[in-house]
Amino acid sequence: MKKITHTLITVIALVFLSSVLVVPAVYAQQKNIILATTTSTQDSGLLDVLIPIFEKKTGYFVKTIAVGSGQAMAMGQKGEADVLLVHSPAAEKKFIEDGYGINRQLIMHNDFIVVGSPADPAKIKGIKATTEVFKKIATTGSLFLSRGDNSGTHAKEKTIWKAAAVKYEGEKWYQQTGLGMGQTLNVASEKKAYTLADRGTYLALKKNLDLNILAEGDAILLNIYHVIEANPAKFPKVNAPGGKAFAGFMVSKEAQEIIKTFGVDKFGSPLFFPDAGKKVEDLGK
Amino acid sequence: MDLILEGIKKAFLLLFTLDREVLDITILSLKVSGLATIISIFIGVSTGTMIALNEFPGKRIVVSLVNTGMGLPPVVVGLFVTIFLWRSGPFGFLGILYTPLAIIIAQSIIATPIVMGITVAAMQQLPRKLRLQILALGATRLQMVWTLIKEARLSLLAAVMAGFGGVISEIGASIMVGGNIKGYSRVLTTATVMETSRGNFDVAIALSIILLLLAYFINLILTHIQQKERQR
Repeated sequence: MKKITHTLITVIALVFLSSVLVVPAVYAQQKNIILATTTSTQDSGLLDVLIPIFEKKTGYFVKTIAVGSGQAMAMGQKGEADVLLVHSPAAEKKFIEDGYGINRQLIMHNDFIVVGSPADPAKIKGIKATTEVFKKIATTGSLFLSRGDNSGTHAKEKTIWKAAAVKYEGEKWYQQTGLGMGQTLNVASEKKAYTLADRGTYLALKKNLDLNILAEGDAILLNIYHVIEANPAKFPKVNAPGGKAFAGFMVSKEAQEIIKTFGVDKFGSPLFFPDAGKKVEDLGK
Repeated sequence: MDLILEGIKKAFLLLFTLDREVLDITILSLKVSGLATIISIFIGVSTGTMIALNEFPGKRIVVSLVNTGMGLPPVVVGLFVTIFLWRSGPFGFLGILYTPLAIIIAQSIIATPIVMGITVAAMQQLPRKLRLQILALGATRLQMVWTLIKEARLSLLAAVMAGFGGVISEIGASIMVGGNIKGYSRVLTTATVMETSRGNFDVAIALSIILLLLAYFINLILTHIQQKERQR
């Protein structure tokens, strides 16, 4: 018996050691693309469908770093990303103006929604204008959860507060989670709070949430995704051809078709609407 | 409660059907954390032994620094390793940010002080007379050190377990320097966080169970070696 355990241990140790010694080869540098993107594209599962197709077609290896749009652009400002897929239009324009990125192209949109517990303590259901919804939440002092992480959703939320002319910072009913969209929705569900969410993430998580859509459809709630290539003139080290290839793929007919149908089988409705070649002003009409 | 049961069911389903992706993630976790632990053993045990056996001015300061390092927060390590490995950083030319290698480096930095701190304590616990005795028997200094290490092996194996436990369960550094890239640098902990934020709690629970089983299995082997030595 002792001998058997002894051999067993030796075998296990050998298997462990040999597995340890074979570390996956580091891919050739110029074949790598660093894609900095928002959590919603990853959490919804869209990129898991698109990226393997792109990789197979081009031979590039895409390293997807899913962070908030704010952090993605911060990476872009340091030349640490080759291509960005983000949804924070005002910040994106400044990003291009400052020369960090080039070729900003419209990819797709969906919309933001205001969600809250079905009890709806602030009675916001049925109010059309989102600014009025936010005012109502503020005046009734109902708990509102903010992402607070400089993401595209957080930027949108701040825009709405500004448009509604409500003082929210430091208020007792206003709390920041500092988490991603999925986790913030979970917290909102637990705390019966209101929050602003992108529709894609909400639909993906809906089954575990005790949250209803209470306000939607307002023009201000449009959620627009653009792809931006890093500026090789500013950052000589970025993989400019790789970034360009990825951006080109995202606006291609093939990718746009996938975006159009993605999520239909699982959620009954698409999570994103493809918009390549369109103008931002025409969206949501 | 249903969720936990569902998760356990899912874990066994994923394990027994040998789900390709889960298997790859598990093997990568094992490789990365295993290699980081081995590196930390080399650096930690040798340096720790040197610190313990030699008297030098400022020794207490060094030992307390090592002991503080045992509690080094992984996110802090992750942040600094990221900054160093950025394209614009001092080691940017290596191009290894967002690779498994970057995770190994970060985890080695996390595990080394743990192994070193326990090594220092283990070596200092050996009776001083033992050293004189070994030397009196005609051993060279190197032979003396090797004999002492063998003498302290019980505690040293505990150091290995603590080091491995520290890195296999760590998430802050892995997600920052590895990037949680599918099929490439995604390890059990970062996958668990991602599945949680995706709302796939059953998969997240399944991954946690696999992580626990893995940690238990490795520690079982190490404990077996440790306790076997004891019987002699």
